[in-house]
Amino acid sequence: MNQHLTSLPILLPMLAGIILLMPPFGSNKTNRRITSVVLSVISFLVAVALLLKVQADGIQVYAIGDWSAPFGIVLVADPLSTLLVCLTTLLGVVCTLYASAGDDEKGSFFHPLVHFLILGVNGAFLTGDAFNLFVFFEVLLIASYALLMHGGDKKNTRASLHYVIMNLVGSAVFLIALGVLYGVLGTLNMADMAQKVALLQGDDVYLAKIGGMLLLVVFALKGALLPLHLWLPNTYSTAMPVVAALFAIMTKVGVYSMMRVYTLIFGDEAGELTHMAQSWLWWLALATIAMGVIGVLASKNLRKLTANLVIVSVGTLVALVAVQTIEASAAAIYYLVHSTLVTAALFLLADLIGRQRGQFSDRITAGRAVTQPRLLGVCFLIAAVAVIGMPPLSGFIGKVWLLKATLNADYTFVFWPLYLLASLAILVAVSKAGSTVFWHHQDKMINDTERASERVHPAQLVALIILVAGAPLMSIFAGPISEYAIGAATQLHDFNNNIKSILLGGQ
Amino acid sequence: MELLYASCVGVLVFCGVFLILRARTFPVVVGLTMLSYAVNLFLFSSGRLSLNKAAVLGQSLEYADPLPQALVLTAIVIGFAMTAFLVILAIRGRVDLGSDHVDGQLPDKNTEKNKENNNKVKT
Repeated sequence: MNQHLTSLPILLPMLAGIILLMPPFGSNKTNRRITSVVLSVISFLVAVALLLKVQADGIQVYAIGDWSAPFGIVLVADPLSTLLVCLTTLLGVVCTLYASAGDDEKGSFFHPLVHFLILGVNGAFLTGDAFNLFVFFEVLLIASYALLMHGGDKKNTRASLHYVIMNLVGSAVFLIALGVLYGVLGTLNMADMAQKVALLQGDDVYLAKIGGMLLLVVFALKGALLPLHLWLPNTYSTAMPVVAALFAIMTKVGVYSMMRVYTLIFGDEAGELTHMAQSWLWWLALATIAMGVIGVLASKNLRKLTANLVIVSVGTLVALVAVQTIEASAAAIYYLVHSTLVTAALFLLADLIGRQRGQFSDRITAGRAVTQPRLLGVCFLIAAVAVIGMPPLSGFIGKVWLLKATLNADYTFVFWPLYLLASLAILVAVSKAGSTVFWHHQDKMINDTERASERVHPAQLVALIILVAGAPLMSIFAGPISEYAIGAATQLHDFNNNIKSILLGGQ
Repeated sequence: MELLYASCVGVLVFCGVFLILRARTFPVVVGLTMLSYAVNLFLFSSGRLSLNKAAVLGQSLEYADPLPQALVLTAIVIGFAMTAFLVILAIRGRVDLGSDHVDGQLPDKNTEKNKENNNKVKT
């Protein structure tokens, strides 16, 4: 059992999804909800167990079907991937819990789809094989298509159509990239690819470069990097907020793949192709931050505001990936966890605020007062302070760390002013949104029964608190978490050790 | 053979991209299908083109690389599922949005012809 622990974060959500389609859970609402939440909690606990095991014993390599490394597919559980698996399963717990308050009734198969999405995301984080990464991308995408349209309206249909077509073209590009790389390198195992890239000569170098840059296009599309980010604001703001909260991890899959590919395969030891995507990533990231901030300032409702904040966080992360130092990667890992939790919390808050304001919904205008101003106000304050990056919450630590990490990078004199101005703009936009929604209201009389029905459901409250508590907890336990992030980043950049443990450890 | 193969892939990609840029859901579906055919052919060729070589060991003196064939198989299956989903989505889009344009309405509503078309779609 212990040796198969690495495969469980993929197998468990799959089993959970299947179980939830079976008769005793497929028909009964209460049964289905309880089972779904329990199963996602189990997935989370297993992910934590895997994390502890990786901490104790080092990288875990699991050869699927016992086919050893360069030939078969391997799952690689290192500190970075297990941390992200934990984060994904935690989001899974939060979303199943939150949706159990009623959102899962707006369409069919909500709970199985969430588990299938988690299966895909976990697989993408854990796999050590480039083609398998493609397969898990498709698994998470098809689940996300269905979740995106869950309980949707006309606007949602249009956004889904764009999202699906963009991603299908993206998949085609991904396959072409893999074909080129396989044709040149003769392998799809990422560690093996990293070894062989350094040995390329002549025209093959250019082919590998084309393959690598095509991969950049794909990951930029998944991660919403500048020219390919246009699908994100509409998609995330028209999806159900609980689904959007879960999607907060999906752009991070793109960023994570960039980290893997451009640090391991085209990283320090790639011969002629060393750091080939670095300058592209850096400038695109800066442009993404600028574009995201303009979006934040222009947003007319809270969900769109949060969607644009997701774009800013992607830009920030990719800039850190482009720096390619251990410190920058560590800062990126800390910031990644923080931004995922906070944006997910903001999506849920936008939903709750929207529900309590009747027809004003989550638009940033003076309107009806929310029914529970204290509860939602405090949660919004915490999430806002974290997302802006003011002390004392996690956003501030992440921001200081990433500014420090980019201190010695080329063109820091562009990044720092841009990033600080962006923070200022986010401060202005978010505080304006918060003060308008919570303080500018015409208090119409609304009868008590209506108010009572709008109150936050206990399941929603617990889900929200788990996410909002992330920000203070991440600053209270900043010491251990940052140590863990530094360890994971060191691991990520330790080229020889990675290759050795992946290629030899699977036997 | 290489030239024929490469031009096949090229023409398919060209048609696929052209159709996708038509921005109507039916051409987009056909275009994506063509694009995925092209991609499958391309993936297949990444194991090098050769004649009369078996993919299974022991069947002939020289053998072909079996991995691209496995990759193509996977890609075909995934492509089918995705196309099926897109067809259903396109039908729903036509019903919900009242137009088969991917944006739900024709761009630049002010030209006479488009105005007519938009009205036609509404009625």
